[in-house]
Amino acid sequence: MIRDITIGQYYQTKSVIHDLDPRVKLMGTLVFIISLFLGKNVWLYLGATAFLAMVIGLSRVPLKFIIKGLRAVVVLILFSTVFNLFLTEGEVVLTIWKLQITKEGIYTAAFMVVRLMYLIVGSSLMTFTTTPNHLTDGLEKGLGFLKIIKVPVHEIAMMMSIALRFIPILIEETDKIMKAQMARGADFDNGGLIKKAKAMVPILVPLIISAFRRANELAMAMEARCYHGSEGRTKMKPLKYKKNDYIAYIVMFAYLAGMIAIKVLRPGMI
Amino acid sequence: MSLIVDKINYTYEIGTGFERHALKDVSLAIEDGEFVGLIGHTGSGKSTLIQHFNGLVKATSGTIYYNGQDIYDKDYNMKDLRSKVGLVFQYPEHQLFETDIFKDVCFGPKNLGLSKKDVELRAFEALRMVGIPEELFYQSPFDLSGGQKRRVAIAGVLAMKPEVLILDEPTAGLDPKGRDEILDCVKKLHEEMGITVILVSHSMEDVANYVDRIIVMNDGVLTYDDTPKNIFTHYRELEAIGLAAPQVTYIMNDLKQAGINVDTTAITVEEAKESVLRAVRKGM
Repeated sequence: MIRDITIGQYYQTKSVIHDLDPRVKLMGTLVFIISLFLGKNVWLYLGATAFLAMVIGLSRVPLKFIIKGLRAVVVLILFSTVFNLFLTEGEVVLTIWKLQITKEGIYTAAFMVVRLMYLIVGSSLMTFTTTPNHLTDGLEKGLGFLKIIKVPVHEIAMMMSIALRFIPILIEETDKIMKAQMARGADFDNGGLIKKAKAMVPILVPLIISAFRRANELAMAMEARCYHGSEGRTKMKPLKYKKNDYIAYIVMFAYLAGMIAIKVLRPGMI
Repeated sequence: MSLIVDKINYTYEIGTGFERHALKDVSLAIEDGEFVGLIGHTGSGKSTLIQHFNGLVKATSGTIYYNGQDIYDKDYNMKDLRSKVGLVFQYPEHQLFETDIFKDVCFGPKNLGLSKKDVELRAFEALRMVGIPEELFYQSPFDLSGGQKRRVAIAGVLAMKPEVLILDEPTAGLDPKGRDEILDCVKKLHEEMGITVILVSHSMEDVANYVDRIIVMNDGVLTYDDTPKNIFTHYRELEAIGLAAPQVTYIMNDLKQAGINVDTTAITVEEAKESVLRAVRKGM
């Protein structure tokens, strides 16, 4: 069950998107997110859909796998739908008891659902196609200019990559500890809130201890290999832009320009 | 009474693109009082298989009967099964969480809903069984040595008074002394308490000296199920699937090929010694 969460996972396959420089993908995700917030307009969303469909197609990540990731946020999406539907003022279409559904509400709700889903799909596409190591490499290099104002970019990137690396390990560990305690008769499904919270203790204590043990071992192993931060550290595979990366940048900015053009030319909702 | 596994299959992560067929048509029966070794290479499905035995993992198809009852029946009491079939995971000391050893061992029986007195009695007995001296009972589990921690964790399962005890790689990461302590303790449990024991390992050496039956798993398939003596005659095939027979088997086979008439089915060093001496005396 705990393995069902696909957000943040890497999906291994070979594709044009997988081979792109992580900086391009980071920038692309940023551009896509900005484009989603340009406005509420059907044409804008059609544009975003086309762009997203193209990237999904190129990435070769199965649609089923991507949609599975949305399951985790169904509740959030439902919340936003309900609130937008009932709490937007405007032309009343339907009245149920004291609640009013307005035309504007329907539009806003629909737009918000699509926007939320696209936000999640767009950003998880980045993690599906980029290994955590690549991602932090990209961040480190892309944000390298911050070093001038003494931001420890390398250290932050290293912490991030370690944190990301540990997520699956800790999930697996949780699974294992849960099973071990279940084998000793622990019950995590029944009982009230307090009982359930109490049942977490036999999982959390070993989990935290093991996280500390792992951190300790990792620090030891890094020091044993003379790790001492960014100074003088070189990369085995330095990031370099290739032809495809430049093409991707061009496509990306053409997309953004197109979206802005739509926004200027068709200001209404439809 | 017994544990019967009837043609179970198990597939990981169906529908994600990472599907893996971990168990393929596995069938076996384990009788009361047996001491069974379950052996296989890493990833052979042995850990997955034992998690079926107490219902932690549900088979994709096939079924399991414990004492004649189908454990996948809707009204089957899983909690009861888990107290009867005790499963000790790999590195069980990683599951210790209480402030002292005694409390930790109490966790299992407490979950069974016993009275405080019974719980403490069982914890006390279990700790004694695994040879933890009383002066350690109220210490933090984290102050113990690796082997001691592991024995405490085993006591945590024993305190539930299981009829079948399954140990997943109980000797992993221990030094030779810790390893012998654990295995001798398990042997004692089997002999004195009459508990059915299933010992999971990837090391023939560890298992050969203790068990009376070996089950070999390879790539999700049950490959051999026989007495150690018969299993080790297949030592070439075992090598092909990444396992090895005990060193004694190799020496005895080499001696035989060199023309010395020894018994190649000897398993322990003791048996081998006898056989070699006999052959040499006959030769002289």
